[in-house]
Amino acid sequence: MSVDLNTVRRIAHLARIAVSEAEIPHLQGEINAILKFVEALDTVDVDGVEPMTSVIPMRLPMREDVVADGDIAPLVLANAPLTEDGFFVVPKVIE
Amino acid sequence: MTDLTSLTLAEARDRLKQRAISSVEITRAHLGAIERAEGLNTFVAITAEKALQMAEASDARLARKEAGPLEGLPIGVKDLYATEGVHTQACSHILDGFKPRYESTVTANLWRDGAVMLGKLNMDEFAMGSSNETSYYGPVASPWLPPNWSRDRGRAAALSSDKRGLLTPGGSSGGSASAVSARLCLAATASDTGGSIRQPAAFTGIVGIKPTYGRCSRYGMVAFASSLDQAGPLARTVRDAAIMLRSMAGPDPKDSTCSPTPVPDYEAAVGRSVKGMKIGVPKEYRLEGMSSEIERLWARGAEWLRAAGASIVDVSLPHTPYALPAYYIVAPAEASSNLARYDGVRYGLREPGADITELYEKTRARGFGTEVRRRLMIGTYVLSAGYYDAYYVRAQKIRTLIKRDFERVFADGVDAILTPATPSAAFGIGEKGSDNPVEMYLNDVFTVTVNMAGLPGLVAPAGLSSEGLPLGLQLIGRPFDEETLFALGETIEQSAGRMTLPEPWWA
Repeated sequence: MSVDLNTVRRIAHLARIAVSEAEIPHLQGEINAILKFVEALDTVDVDGVEPMTSVIPMRLPMREDVVADGDIAPLVLANAPLTEDGFFVVPKVIE
Repeated sequence: MTDLTSLTLAEARDRLKQRAISSVEITRAHLGAIERAEGLNTFVAITAEKALQMAEASDARLARKEAGPLEGLPIGVKDLYATEGVHTQACSHILDGFKPRYESTVTANLWRDGAVMLGKLNMDEFAMGSSNETSYYGPVASPWLPPNWSRDRGRAAALSSDKRGLLTPGGSSGGSASAVSARLCLAATASDTGGSIRQPAAFTGIVGIKPTYGRCSRYGMVAFASSLDQAGPLARTVRDAAIMLRSMAGPDPKDSTCSPTPVPDYEAAVGRSVKGMKIGVPKEYRLEGMSSEIERLWARGAEWLRAAGASIVDVSLPHTPYALPAYYIVAPAEASSNLARYDGVRYGLREPGADITELYEKTRARGFGTEVRRRLMIGTYVLSAGYYDAYYVRAQKIRTLIKRDFERVFADGVDAILTPATPSAAFGIGEKGSDNPVEMYLNDVFTVTVNMAGLPGLVAPAGLSSEGLPLGLQLIGRPFDEETLFALGETIEQSAGRMTLPEPWWA
């Protein structure tokens, strides 16, 4: 299994990482090297095997549905590049 | 006057309790050592003022005989642990300037027990790497000199920014390992997703343990792969590692994958007899072309355990060869999900964009290094429509098979499994991975199986290579049976003889 240049552009867009045209072929090479490496998995018989969903058998812990913390908006905003009146400020999202 | 930095953590703990030394003294001694070791590039943030404040508070508690288990002991913290008000960037540019307003549970536990924070330690960016060469802050040098290098040559290379030729300490916890091995801190917190505690321990001649998945809380740890990440200590002796783990581990309601099982007294297991224990030696770990030196060390380790009264049995873990490729699907996939949050909006680096999409794309292009970008793209691909079943689901099924292999062996009465830790001794900075990323990934061949199965794994120094570089052995245990690993690890450490760590050449 290998990827073509268009697929590399598509993946970069899905991952929201800007990649220059000049970098695409190199990235294609890197991705294909890894895909070649994982081809070894194709031969394993996984018939009837469940995918691992829980690393260590454990029930999901539950708690009472009450408000346990909050009112910390200033702390949440403290590391933001740009804020205004308790909002994160970003460029236009919707046309 | 004893050089305070040459004490083990246990020795320092005891002397502080006896009030033979003060925490301020030992903290100052370590801060001095850190300053002189700038060339190794182990620390990315040094919290000297905070350390002395914490040391003073510890001295007051020691005077009142209210000492916690780690009272007054100076510790280093890997940069991916959220430390309130202190630099926390997982050594990435994309978290530029990030100072958390909360504390990770693991570090909160250390401070609760009285430890002193020296600073934040260098690491591979977002824990992705096996040599600490992907850090935004540059590579870390191991305190072990390359074979036949003079101190002067080492010093000159340490002054250069790329440190070419010096040895890597391994990764991703390279800063932590180098700092502990160079005696810049008594112990350090580290993390392990595919081997990032154990491989650096082997490369630098120290002890590291990745506990069972769920033993330590991941709250406040910058996430790489949520089903594989685990916190653990790096220390110079098995006893020191046991003392650290006891403080680090424990239930936490803020992490729903953290086990509620109580933490045993791990230090009590150190020195426990291993008579009657059954040790498995898995044939699939004997790789083709494996160095005879590593094979001999492995056999020697088995002999030591046999001499201590354990029995050695051959076992089979048939899905071993599939662990590394399956890991390089599962880990990048989970990383692509975890690292989606770094978008320039709420914290860290922001690159301006005409619209929101451009902001995301430019910020992430500028903020992530090349290894991170590579893994995010692979991860995105294997989770994308049309490929999810063929790659991610298949790899997760293979994970079930890998775990089943171990369960079968343990059900047969095996208490622990003995394997080599790494395929080689430490290599040089700049030596691997530039042509083919997979070359670097092969470093983890003996360690990833343990993360894939969620089991605990301990590495102890077992000897030196023919070139005089440290080699380690790995012990893999049953879930939540870290005590057996500490008992066996101590046997290996005693049989091998304490590793003589390098004297400073870097100042």
